[in-house]
Amino acid sequence: MQVTKGLLQKFGPDRVLDTPITEAGFTGLGVGAAFYGLKPVVEFMTFNFAMQAIDHIINSAAKTYYMSGGQISVPIVFRGPNGAAAGVAAQHSQCFAAWYGSCPGLKVISPYSSEDYRGLLKAAIRDPDPVVFLENELMYGETFPVSDEVLDSNFTLPIGKAKIEREGKDVTITAFSKMVGYALKAADELAKDGISAEVINLRSIRPLDRATINASVRKTYRLVTVEEGWPQHGVGAEISASVVEESFEYLDAPIDRITGADVPMPYAANLERLALPQVEDIVRAAKRACYRQVPQSAAA
Amino acid sequence: MPYHIGARRAVMKSLLQSVRSNVREASTRNKCSWAGLGWPASQNAMERRYSMTSTSFLSARRYLGSQVDHPKRQQQTEAHEKDFLHFPGAKTTFTFSLEYIKEISEDPVPCYRLLNDHGDPIDGAELPEIEQSLGVKMYETMAILQTMDNLYYEAQRQGRISFYVTSIGEEAINVASAAALSSDDLIFPQYREQGVLLWRGFTLKDFASQCFANDEDSGKGRQMPVHYGSKKLNYITVSSTVGTQLPHAVGAAYSLKMAKEEACTVAYFGDGGTSEGDFHAAMNFASVLEVPVLFICRNNGWAISTPASDQYRSDGVVVKGQAYGIRSFRVDGNDTLAMYSCVQAARKMAIEESRPILIEALTYRIGHHTTSDDSSKYRSITEMERWKSLRDPVIRFRKWLEGNAWWDEVAERRLRATARNEVITTMVRAEILKKPPLSDLFKDVYDSVPVHLQEQEAYVRSTVTRHPKDHPSDVPL
Repeated sequence: MQVTKGLLQKFGPDRVLDTPITEAGFTGLGVGAAFYGLKPVVEFMTFNFAMQAIDHIINSAAKTYYMSGGQISVPIVFRGPNGAAAGVAAQHSQCFAAWYGSCPGLKVISPYSSEDYRGLLKAAIRDPDPVVFLENELMYGETFPVSDEVLDSNFTLPIGKAKIEREGKDVTITAFSKMVGYALKAADELAKDGISAEVINLRSIRPLDRATINASVRKTYRLVTVEEGWPQHGVGAEISASVVEESFEYLDAPIDRITGADVPMPYAANLERLALPQVEDIVRAAKRACYRQVPQSAAA
Repeated sequence: MPYHIGARRAVMKSLLQSVRSNVREASTRNKCSWAGLGWPASQNAMERRYSMTSTSFLSARRYLGSQVDHPKRQQQTEAHEKDFLHFPGAKTTFTFSLEYIKEISEDPVPCYRLLNDHGDPIDGAELPEIEQSLGVKMYETMAILQTMDNLYYEAQRQGRISFYVTSIGEEAINVASAAALSSDDLIFPQYREQGVLLWRGFTLKDFASQCFANDEDSGKGRQMPVHYGSKKLNYITVSSTVGTQLPHAVGAAYSLKMAKEEACTVAYFGDGGTSEGDFHAAMNFASVLEVPVLFICRNNGWAISTPASDQYRSDGVVVKGQAYGIRSFRVDGNDTLAMYSCVQAARKMAIEESRPILIEALTYRIGHHTTSDDSSKYRSITEMERWKSLRDPVIRFRKWLEGNAWWDEVAERRLRATARNEVITTMVRAEILKKPPLSDLFKDVYDSVPVHLQEQEAYVRSTVTRHPKDHPSDVPL
């Protein structure tokens, strides 16, 4: 993916390792190095392949500080593309935000913009806890305007704080990674119909910024959650539960979850498009939440 | 000592050369006198052609087919044999005989041992130099370990702790290897290495606090019994997942190498652990990265109820090393002196040459796998009794000490009594101590306690204040 281009030349082969192909092996190796003095950044070609190493991520990394009674810390970062790309089908398109997000001991980050990637990756590397950093292959190619502050070499963003990308007052839309862009486009569409949507870029899946989400819902009274991953036990499910627990009296409509279809990702372009949330789906859901007359089912 | 290996290799080399010349002669005369190789003379040519013998794991021998009889063909054969090509995957010569490396060598890898079953030095063996104080300390540690293991096993049976793992039969592996290492070496245990921890200074009180999960447990009551760890003693906390400690050890060894420290990492595992994918990955990585790590396999013949014959089809674990380009030793794990000598040599190689070393320590698991196991269900009681009475590593070493007049019956009785006393005292004390406080539930999930856990703890405390009678008495606040 060319993300590590130039690193080998800059830092040398001692610090940038090309490894034999075994995710379980190099992840275990990284965790062991983190046990003793180093701050490894382990790259998975995609997080789909991290499933072969997930025991090390959960049992060796996430739980170790706790299990060792605080004696062994694991300052490691696991990074790589997550979720759907384009035309890579079932084994290359799964979103792991919900799975990793459920695990205490891990921090899980899913950035959207260049500013997010820069600030959050640096924060992740500096963080003493194990961090799962979920990138997105299709976002690698997108450009974003950034301020000088972002370009500063010490720029970091706090882990666990969401960002309100667009303020609004009628409905809250939460999203992460690529879906933030879709949500912003949906907000533009909704604005034409007089609906002012507030778009929240979650940035962190764990810790989840419940405070920001709830504060927003207490302002708009309506919530739509958006994610690419599967619906059952997804990120939207957690957000829904959190808002119902904390802000039930404020809700004027049921919470709508927009997610990927409950199927393994198909390859054919037309089917793939049907299996993933599109801008129209977000617009329709927001209108439903605002009692506009739009049918529930998709008509793509 | 390495000298043994060197000598053996020299002998094998000259054997090989002489056999090779015999082979050529035999083939040109079209004769089948394979007596030197132990092959029956009447084997048909086809059979001979399509297999290779190998008398040792160090060198796979080839032999030529039987049709080289024309001088010109002989020349061509030799020219072909000298043909050499660098493939990216291997650099080697060619052969026109379809040959294979045998699945298992006819002669298993010999096992290094210095003392016989009765504790007497073997004729011609070169013993390591051990001071009396070291020898006695090793023995005392093994005896205390035995005492502790037996008493904790019984405690579990009495329902006083939930779980225990004994190391009965493997005391020599534990203690001798620990004695040969430095306290700077980082240990990645499996979970039958409490003897290593004992050697390093984990006290009986420390063992008790962990098993009873009380307030004094350095692990803060987070783990099942026997999942000890000690940052201070360079012993990574035991993890239940099988084999995961192997790539960890390699990663940490890489860190040691980068820091140029004069230390190595040491990973222990059993015969069963070698079936895990992590074993393969760790061995390969260690070799490719050239890091100072000792892989010590306690091959005790049983992975719970799976005998070694169902675990692998190779000649044990030692032969697996060469597949990864790793130097490998096979040692009698029940021989304290051999174990000490082997680990000492291996450690030196690992650190000085920055390379991984595999040590297969052959032994027998005299006890059950854990307290959740009853091994009489799958192995004969006679077998267990025989190993216990005839091949106890602790008794064997004691006999050697007595042979040196370094130990006697009086010392034995005193040690056993003291050890038993101390174990029981620490156990009884640990049993009634307070359990870990409420705050230990919420700490150490992350480096700093996250907001939601802080809130939850505050909520619990306020509930306790409002309903003190409902708060369980065994949760200190």
